[in-house]
Amino acid sequence: MEKAVITVLGNDQVGITAKVCTILAGQNVNILDISQTIVDTYFNMVMVVDIAKANVTFEAMGEELAAAGDAMGLKIKVQHTAIFDAMHRI
Amino acid sequence: MITRNEILETNRMIDDMNLDVRTITMGISLLDCADADIDKFNEKIYNKITTYAKDLVKTGDDLAKKYGVPVVNKRISITPIAIAAAGCETDSYVSIAQTLDRAAKKVGVNFIGGFSALVQKGYTESDRKLIASLPEALAVTERVCASVNVGTSRNGINMDAVKEMGEIILQTAEYTKDRECIGCAKLVVFCNAVEDNPFMAGAFHGVGEGDCAINVGVSGPGVVKKALEEVRGADFETLCEQVKKTAFKITRVGQMIAQEASALLDVPFGIIDLSLAPTPAVGDSIAEIFQEMGLAEPGAPGTTAALALLNDNVKKGGVMASSYVGGLSGAFIPVSEDHGMISAAEKGALTLEKLEAMTCVCSVGLDMIAIPGDTPATTISGIIADEAAIGMVNNKTTAVRLIPVIGRGVGQSVEFGGLLGYAPIMPVNTYSCAPFINRGGRIPAPIHSFKN
Repeated sequence: MEKAVITVLGNDQVGITAKVCTILAGQNVNILDISQTIVDTYFNMVMVVDIAKANVTFEAMGEELAAAGDAMGLKIKVQHTAIFDAMHRI
Repeated sequence: MITRNEILETNRMIDDMNLDVRTITMGISLLDCADADIDKFNEKIYNKITTYAKDLVKTGDDLAKKYGVPVVNKRISITPIAIAAAGCETDSYVSIAQTLDRAAKKVGVNFIGGFSALVQKGYTESDRKLIASLPEALAVTERVCASVNVGTSRNGINMDAVKEMGEIILQTAEYTKDRECIGCAKLVVFCNAVEDNPFMAGAFHGVGEGDCAINVGVSGPGVVKKALEEVRGADFETLCEQVKKTAFKITRVGQMIAQEASALLDVPFGIIDLSLAPTPAVGDSIAEIFQEMGLAEPGAPGTTAALALLNDNVKKGGVMASSYVGGLSGAFIPVSEDHGMISAAEKGALTLEKLEAMTCVCSVGLDMIAIPGDTPATTISGIIADEAAIGMVNNKTTAVRLIPVIGRGVGQSVEFGGLLGYAPIMPVNTYSCAPFINRGGRIPAPIHSFKN
């Protein structure tokens, strides 16, 4: 298993989760955990995914999600989990 | 399992507080390029640098994408040219600087450091050639950085070199006076220069280093400033603890990037340099940290103490986070690269004398300070001698990067652009030190250097 974190930030609207999940399914990326909050109209989602069997490169995965985010006025970022482990776990 | 709050904390540091990996610097030894024929030497160093560093920029960019953290600069440091080129039969090393500039452009790095000489105890012929080549070399190249080490705690201070560097700095300014005297921004005079520093303009790859190494500089004054907002008004123990914890987190990111860069490039990992290095951007400033600690402006009484605790706790947090902390690790206080320092200097809150006191406790020295263009060479040498003395006696690295702005005086400013920023021209004490500087010779090593 190789994990990545996807964060989605922006104004709430219909279909954000559906859109992200559809893209991930197409990339053969498995979703392990989703947590989302909405404060006023501000949407904030954090997903942990398994990219071990992804059919695209990490870079291409990030670019496709970021492009979809741009089209919906959202900021979508994909990061390998190692950065969070490095910073928060000894 | 990493929690949602931890994920969001990391991303706030990156997105809102300017956390970044400031530089991945590849150190490359040029010792095996020695050749009596300078054309052959130039060909060898060009080939070696462009072969070793061919994937450096791409690797940095790929890591930035993978972890979502900016890797701002990709750079190269090399064996001091006065050593590597010592066998060349030539009068001038300018063509070597031009070769380095071409190599830097070819591989896409923004700076290459190591057009350097180490003359703390004396000059070789090669050192003399390199120093004489500096003004022209820095004028005809864009990305080459130079440094000269004039003293160490073990050897004392070479006052002949101190005298000469005052003159060379003025000549360098003169050679680039049509471009805001930019040559001087690429020239550092050191005492106790370190061999594995990844930061420019003072980086070089020391002779005790291996063939090639990856050194990484992490930064994040904005992260420290934000963290200190949470402990506003608390006592010093709490303040120091907060700096330490923050420094630890920042360094862990650098350590991870360094290890991965080292593996991807198949080059040994050297060190992490944890230095709080400001940029002219708001929210990326050391001065803002001072203000958050409770000083109205950097330069106010208390600034030296504030910098001392900042520097010390950055190191304490950093050493826990990485197996190899090295370089300069601490806090940089370049005036032109920090909007808060610029503003304090403009108001007169921050003077050259206060900056000198601050260099006793920060990681480097008088950095990126613009002074009047009519400052005598001996006065510049006097400033270098003072800084070198601080470094020598306190067993620390000190450096001087002054920009005498030809044709301009106090009240005017100089604009370098980009990361180098802009600077108000600061007044310099006008009393002469010429007879002192003109004595020549060496200042012997201090008594506490005899540790054997």
